Amino acid sequence: MTDSPQVVPSIPGAADRGWSAVPHPALVVDLGGVIQAVNHAARSLFPDLSPGDSLTDLVDWLGEAHRRFLLEPDTDLIRPHALPADPTEVDAELGGLIRGRRIVARPVRDGDMVVWWLTDNTDTRMAMVALERERKRTALLSDASAALMGSLNPRLSMEVVARLAAEHLGSAAFVLAPISRRTGGYPAVLCRRGGRPERQRLDVDPADLPGLAEALQGFPPVPSRWIDPATAPDWVAVEDIGPINSIVVVPLPGHGVPAGALVLLREEPDSAFTAEEETFARLFAARAGAAMSAARMFAQQASVTETLMRELLPPRLEQLGGVEFAGRYRAARDGERVGGDFYDVHSAAVMPDADESLAVLGDVCGKGLEAAMLTGKIRTTLRALLPLAGDHQELLNQLNSTLLNTNDTQFVTMVLVSAKRQGTSVRLRVTCAGHPPALVVRCGGRVEEIDSAGSLVGVLPAVTSNTVEVMLAPGETCVLYTDGILEARGGPLGDAVFGEQRLRQVLADCADLPAEAVAERVQMLALQWVGDGPHDDMAVVAITAPRGNHLAAVGGHSRGRYTA
Amino acid sequence: MIGPEQVAPMDGVSTAELLWRAVLAGDEFASGDVVVRALGAGVDPESILLDAIGGVQRRLGEEWAANRLTVAQEHAATAINDKVITTFGYVLRGRQADRGKVTVACVDGEWHSMPARLLTEVLKLRGFDVDYLGALVPAQHLIAHLHRSAPDVVALSSSIATRLPVAHATITACQAAATPVIAGGAAFGADGRYARLFGADAWAPDARAAADRLVEPLPRPMVGHQPIDDLPHLADQEYTLVSRNSSQLVKAVLTGLEARNPLLRARTEPQRHEIAETLVQVVEYLATALYVGDDELFSDFVHWMATVHAARGAAPGFLMPALEVLATEMRDFTRSTVMLDAARELVAAEAREATG
Repeated sequence: MTDSPQVVPSIPGAADRGWSAVPHPALVVDLGGVIQAVNHAARSLFPDLSPGDSLTDLVDWLGEAHRRFLLEPDTDLIRPHALPADPTEVDAELGGLIRGRRIVARPVRDGDMVVWWLTDNTDTRMAMVALERERKRTALLSDASAALMGSLNPRLSMEVVARLAAEHLGSAAFVLAPISRRTGGYPAVLCRRGGRPERQRLDVDPADLPGLAEALQGFPPVPSRWIDPATAPDWVAVEDIGPINSIVVVPLPGHGVPAGALVLLREEPDSAFTAEEETFARLFAARAGAAMSAARMFAQQASVTETLMRELLPPRLEQLGGVEFAGRYRAARDGERVGGDFYDVHSAAVMPDADESLAVLGDVCGKGLEAAMLTGKIRTTLRALLPLAGDHQELLNQLNSTLLNTNDTQFVTMVLVSAKRQGTSVRLRVTCAGHPPALVVRCGGRVEEIDSAGSLVGVLPAVTSNTVEVMLAPGETCVLYTDGILEARGGPLGDAVFGEQRLRQVLADCADLPAEAVAERVQMLALQWVGDGPHDDMAVVAITAPRGNHLAAVGGHSRGRYTA
Repeated sequence: MIGPEQVAPMDGVSTAELLWRAVLAGDEFASGDVVVRALGAGVDPESILLDAIGGVQRRLGEEWAANRLTVAQEHAATAINDKVITTFGYVLRGRQADRGKVTVACVDGEWHSMPARLLTEVLKLRGFDVDYLGALVPAQHLIAHLHRSAPDVVALSSSIATRLPVAHATITACQAAATPVIAGGAAFGADGRYARLFGADAWAPDARAAADRLVEPLPRPMVGHQPIDDLPHLADQEYTLVSRNSSQLVKAVLTGLEARNPLLRARTEPQRHEIAETLVQVVEYLATALYVGDDELFSDFVHWMATVHAARGAAPGFLMPALEVLATEMRDFTRSTVMLDAARELVAAEAREATG
């Protein structure tokens, strides 16, 4: 068909073979609505039709369209794309149903005649409607999948499943997880349509609800079970929803682990899903089960990791024996909390016959979890060697032989600082083993390097080192750090190392600051220096002689919660 | 024992003033004492947190901007304030947590943890169950925490505007993990416009408003959105190019400045370093303004920078030429050019006002 009115054919006669051969039905109608001529295709659509019949009698909506076309010939009648989506509903002006077929009609005026061309677009519309339905279902499943994949928390994934199920499959939905060994009972979530999910713990016997016990076991695979509400146990009765005429127990497949079960409360009395629900329910159950079992597995793994990691995380430091300790840590890799740097402060209280706290800061070769495992070994060994803390040299040698006796070729550099309050001052004994030197910030901002140098630990048969004694006056701080700080690369121009000189400048401004502020300031400036760029593990520990008497007085309730 | 004459000045304002003096003197004990006595005198704990401690914190920022405090002093004072809050937690028995579970965190790279810390304490007072993750929380850690503990909402704090792109990524990540986000802090704009822009589920101008807002639980987001959905203007790649090449831009501007003014070359290394750091900030704010698509963010920053420079008696002539050189460097960037032109006009107008 063409849209151009310039090519209107003259009224064809019966002998016009071209006109007869057109595959679309065509009716030639005069201004009074009487049919003057028809082609072959029109005859097969209307077998009883003969010229002289009234168009309105033949198809009433077409007669009406004819009258309107003559009144307003310019009206754009033909907009097939604007037809309603449902093929059974059609606008009389544009098209309509003829003998169960969906017909679009378009008029072409020629003198005192109008030719009505009819097109059957039933199949096209059906295909479009089917396409639309599939698109909606895909979007729904994709949204559901996105929502299900979002959370790796077991409880939250159950909430999402319950909410989606209540929205699309029932008036209300229970989601039950396998029995909790810790608390007993079945962790469950109930959601009413349009409501918020509610967490529950169901202390019930699943055998009371047919199909539930099998569904919760996750094996063997069972189909959904349809249950008469009259036979269901009391806990399934949910308040504040409409009448419930059927209950469905849907197992959620869990890929090797039981994921749980879905209990749907439905208004519909039929013991089956509609065809559309069936498709959705099957795909939804598969996704919901996968999401819930993934969340359970993640939770188990995370819990294991957390337990193992607890020993490796840097400790929170606090005031000990009238000396302020503060530490800051940032692992090289963004996602990790641990790395090859470590620090610890051991209270004198845990060491027999000792009156000094021992601070240790060190750096093992390597990065990431493997390095962190080694720091864990070293920290544990050091804890066992604490009785030797009075003699740093001896302690380092013992650690050295322990490391040499393991098969690893790993080594560590470290600084040991024993600290003891003496009056208002703090006496330090500092020993450096292959590590960047400790720095002391004096009152007034002078920065001194502590002159203790020794060999690294874990390589040579013996460690050589010297221990230096340093006194801190109130407000003075000794700073230990790892080379991750010194070697931080960045700055305004992006290519300079932070370096010892800059660290000294930073520390010069830190005179008279509390240990927390010093540690935070060093870490902050080093991290700002690297910006978004990569960096090594960074650790810093500040040991400060408190100013005046104030801090000792607050010491009574200062169990470190300083995470700022 | 507290006599009536000591109780009398213990209303919000006076407590704030007493605390200010103690904190500024670096006296941790006296600072804790002010708070303990105010609590003993029956001052509303929330008011002590927000009006006294929060007030001191705001004043620190103002004093620094006016060059009456060094950064190190501000740091020391904040550390003391932080310990005071810890004291506070010991004195006041928290009420039973009977409201929702909230995770409070700062955006990664955000060092100003005090607003988040104060919000944490206020929420605890109001009966929320709060996990405080502190400053510098990498998004990855935050999301891992959400999977582990499934809070009802994340309260995300950011003070510095240049953290906005990271804040945006963090908000969408939380929402993708089915957790709604309430955003707060100066970075999100005085009217919370950037929180809205990023599709945060809620925004609050301060801790009280945040606690009020969270009484009614926020619905869990069911379908996450992509960051690019919020910011179609990022398609022009200007943000990407500026943020990726910021070091080269700073270098180019430094070179350009020295070519214009040979005196700059005679400056000492620390002075040059300071200028370079200022330029880094200028480029960072420009990038952030490009990210959020808001010219005002950049001109507000330039205005603030000019004010801070004036307070420090810095050579006023250096910001304008820097903007000019930057504008030349970025002449092919449409949005940047508009922002830099507006900023230069602003600086020129302010200079005229100052001299006229």
